[in-house]
Amino acid sequence: MSLLEVFRSKQKKNEHNSAAIARERLQIIVTHERAGNNTPDYIPSMKQDILEVVRKYVSVSEEHVSITFESQKDVSILELNVTLPENCSVGAP
Amino acid sequence: MAKIIVVTSGKGGVGKTTTSAALSTGLAMQGYRTVVVDFDIGLRNLDLVLGCERRVVYDFINVINGEAALHQALIKDKHTDNLFILPASQTRDKDALTPEGVAEVLEALSREFDYIICDSPAGIERGALMALYHADEAIITTNPEVSSVRDSDRILGILHSKSKRAELNLEPIREHLLLTRYDPARVVRGDMLSVEDVSDILAIPLLGVIPEDPAVLKASNQGTPVIHLADSDAGSAYDDAVRRLLGQDCPMRFLNTPRKGLFQRLFGGQS
Repeated sequence: MSLLEVFRSKQKKNEHNSAAIARERLQIIVTHERAGNNTPDYIPSMKQDILEVVRKYVSVSEEHVSITFESQKDVSILELNVTLPENCSVGAP
Repeated sequence: MAKIIVVTSGKGGVGKTTTSAALSTGLAMQGYRTVVVDFDIGLRNLDLVLGCERRVVYDFINVINGEAALHQALIKDKHTDNLFILPASQTRDKDALTPEGVAEVLEALSREFDYIICDSPAGIERGALMALYHADEAIITTNPEVSSVRDSDRILGILHSKSKRAELNLEPIREHLLLTRYDPARVVRGDMLSVEDVSDILAIPLLGVIPEDPAVLKASNQGTPVIHLADSDAGSAYDDAVRRLLGQDCPMRFLNTPRKGLFQRLFGGQS
């Protein structure tokens, strides 16, 4: 660092360390994508089908259906979660 | 039986071809019979980096299609004994690279060579999948930069699921991280991901760190693998990486900023 840069670098230090931001963002996205990597390709279209069936009876939006797929050594677990709206007993839309 | 090593990354422009050229040259210099195969069909470049572009007559696809014998397509490197190059085709037909054809060629090479280095194209299309399918070891070339690290992680996922070793449930591919274009000064300033950051995220053993070095461009301009520029930082770092690949214990270099003299401290200048 040259003498001239000393003054400039003082300003820089006040800014957030960009490498730390990069590390944080990467850790989040990579963890998220690793979880998704093992899921079979048919999951998105299955989710659509399930959503359509549920919609026949209750009005739900896409974000209320979550599907997670987890594989361990011998077993794979498919977890389906549908959050129904509060007054769903009213009947079909 | 040869050991098959894929040089891959997902992202383009991170140094796969530079690395393939340097490592294959390094292995050949150590006395191993080495062939480096360009899998980048349609965008052949390994020949340029190795300086044999004017000697290409037949290519990988010619061999697969039976239009040339393997020994006709192999180019013997003029500067390094034990080193051969199998150039990619310039055809635009990506489907020319058939799984059966690739398997046959690699099997034939495997009988004659100690090491087969597969220079993968960028992306996760057919060429990249073919390059990694048969691998025993993988060198994940990564820049200390978010998109490169993310793509490297994707490629690791593909190695775990789509390689031959994964499909046949054999012992998994040995993975190595090679961090390229590393600038310790920027890491110190907090402007660049550190080698620890990248190896923590990707969670694979570190094979080497290649510093950002003008010698890399100089070498490719001349068609000489940078490992031949023994005085350069990048060349020495590749030489270390080759030694580590061969199982030698070799401490990491070029991880810290070089000490500057008083003159440089006062007036700056290139480090």
